[in-house]
Amino acid sequence: MIKQISLFLENKEGRLARVCHVLGDNKINIRALSLADTTDFGVLRLIVNEPEKAYEVLKENKFAVSVTDVLAMEVSDSPGGLAGTLERLDEAEINVEYMYAFLGTTAEQALVIICVENPQEAIHVIRKAGIKVLEGDKVYSL
Amino acid sequence: MYWNEHFECMNREELKELQLMRLKKIVERVFFNVPFYRKKFQELGVEPADIKSLDDLRKLPFTTKQDLRDNYPFGMFTVPMSEIVRVHASSGTTGKPTVVGYTREDINTWAEVLARTLTCGGTTKNSVIQIAYGYGLFTGGLGIHYGAERVGASVIPMSAGNTKRQLMLMKDFGTNVLACTPSYALYLAETLEKMDWDRDKLKLKYGIFGAEPWSERMRQEIEKRLQISAIDIYGLSEVIGPGVASECQGKKGLHIFEDHFLPEIIDPVTGESLPFGEKGELVFTTLTKEGFPVIRYRTRDISIMTEEPCSCGRTHVRMSKVMGRTDDMMVIRGVNVFPTQVEAVLLEIGEIEPHYLLIVDRIGNLDSLEIQVELSSSMFSDKIKGLEDLERKIRSRIDSTLGISAKIKLVEPHSLPRSEGKAQRVIDRRKI
Repeated sequence: MIKQISLFLENKEGRLARVCHVLGDNKINIRALSLADTTDFGVLRLIVNEPEKAYEVLKENKFAVSVTDVLAMEVSDSPGGLAGTLERLDEAEINVEYMYAFLGTTAEQALVIICVENPQEAIHVIRKAGIKVLEGDKVYSL
Repeated sequence: MYWNEHFECMNREELKELQLMRLKKIVERVFFNVPFYRKKFQELGVEPADIKSLDDLRKLPFTTKQDLRDNYPFGMFTVPMSEIVRVHASSGTTGKPTVVGYTREDINTWAEVLARTLTCGGTTKNSVIQIAYGYGLFTGGLGIHYGAERVGASVIPMSAGNTKRQLMLMKDFGTNVLACTPSYALYLAETLEKMDWDRDKLKLKYGIFGAEPWSERMRQEIEKRLQISAIDIYGLSEVIGPGVASECQGKKGLHIFEDHFLPEIIDPVTGESLPFGEKGELVFTTLTKEGFPVIRYRTRDISIMTEEPCSCGRTHVRMSKVMGRTDDMMVIRGVNVFPTQVEAVLLEIGEIEPHYLLIVDRIGNLDSLEIQVELSSSMFSDKIKGLEDLERKIRSRIDSTLGISAKIKLVEPHSLPRSEGKAQRVIDRRKI
């Protein structure tokens, strides 16, 4: 299980930079990120090397922040790799709420972060479907 | 032209005698019939017999909107419900409206003061008047309706909205008097311009506008765009509804119908009475109402009164156009809005200490309301859908509480301005 940091950001200049500054000043390394936006606001989702610390410092800096459990799946780093994995998730009836790519990789595998309902249960189903799901400790330090 | 020359042009000394006689009666009436007033009078050690001159009015306690709310719904009525023939209500801050009741005689009085109002502006029995104020619990529509019938004008009870139809009937029925809120008058003008009609198709000559604050600049715009004379009228449901005061054709202040409503200007902080010419809060004591009289009701409206004689010949004092409010009430699209109503909604949704900002603007002649709400970590959902649902939920609660729609914008924690004392809850960008 991976601890993802989620933040609420208004769509106005300098907000994203501010988040990155706070994390940088506290020596927190961003490992993956995704930004979803609407006309007025955005939700920034981050995987960092020290999620607890990141949560604390962002909270201190008055951000609306929360921690969400997500999963990191290994995907073959080749054409059709992701498609194959998603097909298997589909067969296992796992609905992906959102997904984004991880910056680092392991050997020939790419990493994809997914958010699903009931990650605790989903993790077993996904593993049973033959997909490798990484533990947090491993991912944070990649 | 007067509706009731005897009273409207009464010698001031004679008027004061009449006021004193009526004041004594009304003070007795509330003292013996409304426990709330009796208790308040007794706390201050005054009783009806202490009212020996008009100056003794100052011995009496003020009545506030909160008092009316505390006695919801009928606690301030001086007669049993069997004597009440009509109730009206205005929006309240916590969902509970302020309720007012009228006896048959009150309805009669109301028609009288509105007949005066309409005559002040130029309505006669030959007029065709289109009433585009809302009909219903709001006092605007029905109040003016009865006054117009009293004058003998032909009444078109249109109520508010349905703008194209308003204009069609205005043309087909030969409407020459329009009664609505000033912002709606501008909206009508705008629609008319878009429809590219020849203005000569309309017989419109003048309009009576009220129920929301408006400026001289707005008057000029209405007069220019609709090519009519625009008259300001004043009233509030707690006192009677429209018909408390009206401009005459001189348009230099609104004559307060003093034989029915005893006005004062006070310092809103100290409560001290202020002399003519000084700016302060308008306070009214009703002199003739039966069902729901009020003693020294604090309107929260800021104005200046003058006793100088008016060229029209009416002797009643004039109040200036309302210049603002002493509380944070706003009138948006004719609806009273208090920031605390928004707070109540947010508290209900689960905010412990909500931070919010109301931004009121006038876009194309219509008022708009945006409510910025700081998102706290506890309300934050990682999913866009969750946040959009939250916005929707707030919007629909605001809709049903305020009675007007607002745009909801979620903003980051601590992004709204904080101040030392009272938080700034409102930015009003309307150039009224």
